[in-house]
Amino acid sequence: MPGAPFELLVEWAHEAEGGPFSSVGVVDRVVYECHDPLDSLAAAAEATSRIGLVTMVVIGPLRDDAELAAQAAAIHASSAGRLTLGLAVGARTEDYAAKGISPVGRGERLAEQLLELRLRWEKDGIGGPPLLVGGGSDASLLRMARYADGYVHGGGPPRAFVRAADGARTAWSELDRPGTPQLWGQGYFALGDAATVERGRDYMRDYYAFTGPFAERIAEGMLATPQAVAQFVRGYAEAGCDELVLFPAVADLHQIDRLAGALAEA
Amino acid sequence: MKVTVVGGGPAGLYFSLLLKKTQPDHDIVVYERNPEGATYGWGVVFSDRTLSSFREADYKTYTQITDSFIIWDSIDVCYRDEVLRCGGQVFSGISRKTLLGLLHARCEELGVTIEHEREVSPGEIEGDLIVAADGVRSALREGNAAAFGPRISSGSSRYIWFGTERTFDSFTFAFRANEHGFFQAHAYPFDGHMSTFIVECDLVSWHNAGLDSASEAESIAYCEALFAKELRGHALRSNRSKWIRFETLRNKRWHTDNLVLIGDAAHTAHFSIGSGTKLAMEDAIALVDALQTKASVAEALGEYQLERKPRVERFQEAARQSQTYFENTRLYQHMEPLQFAFHLLSRSGRIDYDDLRLRDRHFVAAVDRWFTARAAGTDTPAIAAPPTFTPLRLGEREIPNRVAVRARDPDGIVAAARSGAGLVFSGFVAVSEHGRITLETPKLVTPEDAVPWAGAIRSLRVVSGAATVVTLGHSGARGATRPRDRMVDVPLDEAEVWGLLAASPVGYTARSQVPYETGRRHMDDVTEDFVAATAHAAAVGFDMVELHMGHGYLLGSFISPLTNLRTDDYSGPIDARMRFPLEVLDAVRAAWPAERPLAVALNVSDWARGGTTLADAVRSAELLKQQGCDVIRVLAGQTTATYSPRFDPYYLTHYADRIHNEARIATIATGDITTVDHANTIVAGGRADICLLRA
Repeated sequence: MPGAPFELLVEWAHEAEGGPFSSVGVVDRVVYECHDPLDSLAAAAEATSRIGLVTMVVIGPLRDDAELAAQAAAIHASSAGRLTLGLAVGARTEDYAAKGISPVGRGERLAEQLLELRLRWEKDGIGGPPLLVGGGSDASLLRMARYADGYVHGGGPPRAFVRAADGARTAWSELDRPGTPQLWGQGYFALGDAATVERGRDYMRDYYAFTGPFAERIAEGMLATPQAVAQFVRGYAEAGCDELVLFPAVADLHQIDRLAGALAEA
Repeated sequence: MKVTVVGGGPAGLYFSLLLKKTQPDHDIVVYERNPEGATYGWGVVFSDRTLSSFREADYKTYTQITDSFIIWDSIDVCYRDEVLRCGGQVFSGISRKTLLGLLHARCEELGVTIEHEREVSPGEIEGDLIVAADGVRSALREGNAAAFGPRISSGSSRYIWFGTERTFDSFTFAFRANEHGFFQAHAYPFDGHMSTFIVECDLVSWHNAGLDSASEAESIAYCEALFAKELRGHALRSNRSKWIRFETLRNKRWHTDNLVLIGDAAHTAHFSIGSGTKLAMEDAIALVDALQTKASVAEALGEYQLERKPRVERFQEAARQSQTYFENTRLYQHMEPLQFAFHLLSRSGRIDYDDLRLRDRHFVAAVDRWFTARAAGTDTPAIAAPPTFTPLRLGEREIPNRVAVRARDPDGIVAAARSGAGLVFSGFVAVSEHGRITLETPKLVTPEDAVPWAGAIRSLRVVSGAATVVTLGHSGARGATRPRDRMVDVPLDEAEVWGLLAASPVGYTARSQVPYETGRRHMDDVTEDFVAATAHAAAVGFDMVELHMGHGYLLGSFISPLTNLRTDDYSGPIDARMRFPLEVLDAVRAAWPAERPLAVALNVSDWARGGTTLADAVRSAELLKQQGCDVIRVLAGQTTATYSPRFDPYYLTHYADRIHNEARIATIATGDITTVDHANTIVAGGRADICLLRA
């Protein structure tokens, strides 16, 4: 988030561990001011001892397989196995342009990368972190079911998650995988006075500006009251979401307490 | 602001009056090429009587429109000289002329300028906002085709619009078979004196009847005679009527610069779900809303597309299903009237068994009673359970209900039966060591392999009356892979692999071992393995044997043109590609007790370019049926490692329907089936006989 110091991220993880939370998550973009997700989680791993660490998501095809495998393995090891690595092709072609990588065939490249990561970790004699795949298409659900352990949903109201989760379970069953896929959801929140909420919405509009008119809808969907948080969490729980990551839309540690307060009433 | 609207149909007029109402200072001009009062087409139907968005948008026209409505609440299906009525369907109709007249009057009242008989060319139009409401053949859209990206797909059947003075009291679908083929009429009232009457047929029937070369008068005479009974002696009235194909229009974008598409210029949806005018008027409301709330025209047009395009596309998907149904009605002529009507009413995937029960419980109860009587071969009972809970006889085995579940191994069989399902699948069981997918794949090769299955079936019989199916297969190019607990189709380490067989030497993934082409000796060996496994399965007490011929495994690799690149007698047209799978089927059928049913799991689509077509799949099903297959489990995808799947709830049901009704063989539907409602819709509609629930 623009202007948020790296130390704040680390403090955030530390504070979250003291609260009723099971995971702390990070996002990834190239053409936007934000800290590298893996650097952030590496620091968070040092500052915490219990909480799960998850990327939601790293844009896989923009990264070198060997480097990604090594970074993820290092975090997984230093955190005593607390990392979950979420990967997707990403929705923004400008991120690809910035790295000088063609977005054509990125789905195939992600599939190959998932397999490559697993095989590299295996060769090094480590299990490696669980892998999640994100993306809204049926093709991404297929990649998920073929090479990953679960699905990361891109956000939205619980009913959108229900549809995606059904697709993920169907893809899993079609490929005859034992058990069920891990299902992860996400949402944004900003709790506090009207100015805080508006600051959160401004951030959402800015972050999602690449979606054009859709940014306003996403900003409207931001959870701005304890009741909205409670309904959202309940909706996701009923839809079978295993782990729901709520991202702050304002860079302020007080948000953690407010979120914990909202959850206590949920 | 100067606003120019091209096209004086419902979309253009409604948009103009709504905008003028909220922005009286705007200068709004509508150009219409036809003279005032001229209108083509008869009535307009709305699948709803409340139209609440119209009420909020402009109360005056809402009142005028609804005051002019003819309202009815049932659908009649005229078929084989029976009329089946299903109530609780809310529809309303209005004459197109009345609708245009009152929109026109409201425009004039509010100060919208309307210029009739003005054909305008794209170059001469000016305005801060230009609205293309000029219909499916929009000249404004075509002038900017690169920006809008229009795609038109034409339906395969032919249809013609008529009016008639016969006043129907419901939405009526009439079907008629004759020596030329199969025909249907869609009829609905619109003003108390007249009804719209559309006649539609497939291309073959159209040619056979000579309608391809008939004059308008000859077409009218033919259709009047064909539907004399439904018309009760009334004539069909022409209105520049001619036989056409339905064109579905989609646009990538709905606006460019200050030019925006609404109504038919932006999208069309098959007339059988009766929504074109409603969609057009809803477009107008959304566009005016966006212009009200957004600071600039550019933002407003973006918002309008965002709001409307996804909704319209969902409608178009339902319309596509409905259109496909009407293009293929000839396939359903074998159905008895109640099932035919139920199938028609649930055709688009939007209305299911539970919806129909809420609309008309007597209709659905009649379907239940008919279904139960037919399944049991008895008289119609007074009450009956829903179709899912009706037993099914396959061979000499009665399956207690229409729900199937799948286990993975012998240990899973009893747990699966405790679910209450009538049929329990074993999961993939290999016919040989080398036919395994992973080292853990269950097999039926030696007497020892049979022991746990025998135990599982004994235990099952204690807790359940469920029938059991063993799925026998050979992994082919997908063999020698790691367990599927973390990944699928990843080869085993070299120390553990074995040589693979497939129709042709094509590796399943880029990392997969390249299989050997299956030679004559291999074919004989594989056939023997299938026969030996079948003998074990029979001895163990399985009620049904299923041969796996899909998902890129060995037998399936012969059937798909993507994996069968051979040049011998086992390659080429579908009959030749089916040859080896049929040889295996013959041998297994001979080894399997005659009174026990035999199933095949068959890919009906590979979801990949150049793969198995529906026509291939229907032919395969016919060949399998001829050789003693009793039921087909319908699969798609996985023939190759990369394909474009569809995981939406009804995605495989439509395929099951076509195999069931075109090859006339029992089918098992698979896919994202999780509710009894969904299963009832499938089974009652004659789309499949059994539903395999998603694991």
